[in-house]
Amino acid sequence: MLDQSDGYVTEDGRKIGSVVMEMKNITLRFGGVEAIKNISFDIREGEIRAIIGPNGAGKSSMLNVISGFYVPQDGEVWYRGERRAPMRPYEVARQGIARTFQNIALFEGMSVLDNVMTGRLTKMKSGLFGQAIWKGKAEAEEVANREVAEKIIDFLEIQSIRKTPVARLPYGLKKRVELARALASQPKILLLDEPMAGMNVEEKEDMSRFILDVNDEFGTTIALIEHDMGVVMDLSDRVVVMDYGKKIGDGTPDEVRANQDVIDAYLGVSHD
Amino acid sequence: MPEQLVFAMEVFLNGLMAGVLYALVALGFVLIYKASGIFNYAQGVMALFAAMTLVGIQKGQVPFAHLINALFGADLHYFGWSVNSVVAICFTVVVMIGLAWMVQRFVFRHLVGQEPIILFMATIGLAYFLEGVADLMWGSEIKTLNVCLAGELCLPQGINTWIDETTFNIFDYGFFIDNLDITATIVAILLVAALIAFSQYTKQGRAMRAVADDHQAALSVGVSLNFIWVLVWSVAGFVALVAGIMWGAKSGVQFSLSLIALKALPVLMLGGFTSIPGAIVGGLIIGVGEKLFEFAIGPMIGGATENWFAYVLALIFLVFRPQGLFGEKIIERV
Repeated sequence: MLDQSDGYVTEDGRKIGSVVMEMKNITLRFGGVEAIKNISFDIREGEIRAIIGPNGAGKSSMLNVISGFYVPQDGEVWYRGERRAPMRPYEVARQGIARTFQNIALFEGMSVLDNVMTGRLTKMKSGLFGQAIWKGKAEAEEVANREVAEKIIDFLEIQSIRKTPVARLPYGLKKRVELARALASQPKILLLDEPMAGMNVEEKEDMSRFILDVNDEFGTTIALIEHDMGVVMDLSDRVVVMDYGKKIGDGTPDEVRANQDVIDAYLGVSHD
Repeated sequence: MPEQLVFAMEVFLNGLMAGVLYALVALGFVLIYKASGIFNYAQGVMALFAAMTLVGIQKGQVPFAHLINALFGADLHYFGWSVNSVVAICFTVVVMIGLAWMVQRFVFRHLVGQEPIILFMATIGLAYFLEGVADLMWGSEIKTLNVCLAGELCLPQGINTWIDETTFNIFDYGFFIDNLDITATIVAILLVAALIAFSQYTKQGRAMRAVADDHQAALSVGVSLNFIWVLVWSVAGFVALVAGIMWGAKSGVQFSLSLIALKALPVLMLGGFTSIPGAIVGGLIIGVGEKLFEFAIGPMIGGATENWFAYVLALIFLVFRPQGLFGEKIIERV
């Protein structure tokens, strides 16, 4: 049912484009441990792609490979039709791939607005001196960047805490600020590492709504890791299932749900 | 006006000037602490190293002369030329940037993600290493430093006659204010303005604050850690150079210069380790405090209070306000 050449249309009528990122035979080892074993999958333009699996399956490692924090020993990462050379995380970020972290990595000492503005760092081009004295091109640039940041703050409904130091915020809001910072760079691909971990039902609903809205409004391609199966099945267009570093399923939520290997991995199976 | 009060005013003014010099050293500490969470014990030695390099270049000294002579039996000491101050300062800045790069490349790149105490120990090692290098490179004799920007426009020395005469006309008593101290104050004000503009308004400044807060997160928004660290150590090197010039011109370029770093410690405890204005205000309070204390209380308890006053003040601050006057509130969730 998937048209593998150039995109498909989802049940709710969204058009999914061609492949924007492709992982080919990725293998990642830590010493003698193989965290990822020969995994291949692709991410299409405009898609919400989920990576699921039990604890220790290698999901976060996979996300770290995409965002450059880990360099795989084998395999190729293809991004926008080109093979990506091994690069550092900040270079990946400059290519338009933004991410959030499982256990929140925010600039605790800065205000929410400043945190979101750091997401615009890669977009600032004017000279050091101009920025320091706040004149000419630098001023216009800062105003434009600020506009983008404010728009995203509005979008994620965190206007009321704009000036609050992040360290004072509760967990759920921090997660949202982290999403805002990632969005501020207007990424091509947004990687979310367990965006709903540790949230209550209400916060999860909010976050799900934001993820769908981001995808809908900005057309951002999203790859996410999540434990809550209900959420994953509702949100995502296609799902990769991992277990012990191997890929055991790949397809639409319905296909994955019906996959016997996936059922075994989640419910357990007797080995005798 | 009573004589005592006029004396007190003079002491107060001199205290302010001394405070500015303390603040100049403290600034270098704050910069590195803000950007990398490292307390840089080597900051004082960096000021010494910068001042020695400047004098060495000015006088056309051959670097590592003693080493070369010992190894090859040569008898080199001077190139035989002297370099204009402005050019020499530019060269020294280049040397300090090179030093920043080496510190980052050979020390801190290998210690990413280590505990702050380990990074601190590394800076202690760096301090002794750098002191040795400075000795080997430029020799250990005391040198005089004078910086001339153009022709006759030199760092002024001696009493400011205008202040002396004006105050004499008003109070019948002329204040002794050193011209060099006034210059240092003006330079410090300019430097602080530039540093604040840099860290608050520029992209690199924002990236610097981001790196200080969270390495992982900074990487994820496209900040290169290595670049920022070299940048921060370069800026700290530049501040060290300015401090080195002012202290060197005041009391000669000598190895005890590296000990002024110790005086910066109470300044930082007062002002807060993370605040640039805090370093200034802290420096001024210590400078004025120790001079006035020596003036008012000193004679009663046998004097020499300047040696310990700053540390006792810092101790009191640690008890009642550990983050300093301007430091970021320490918030920790459990």
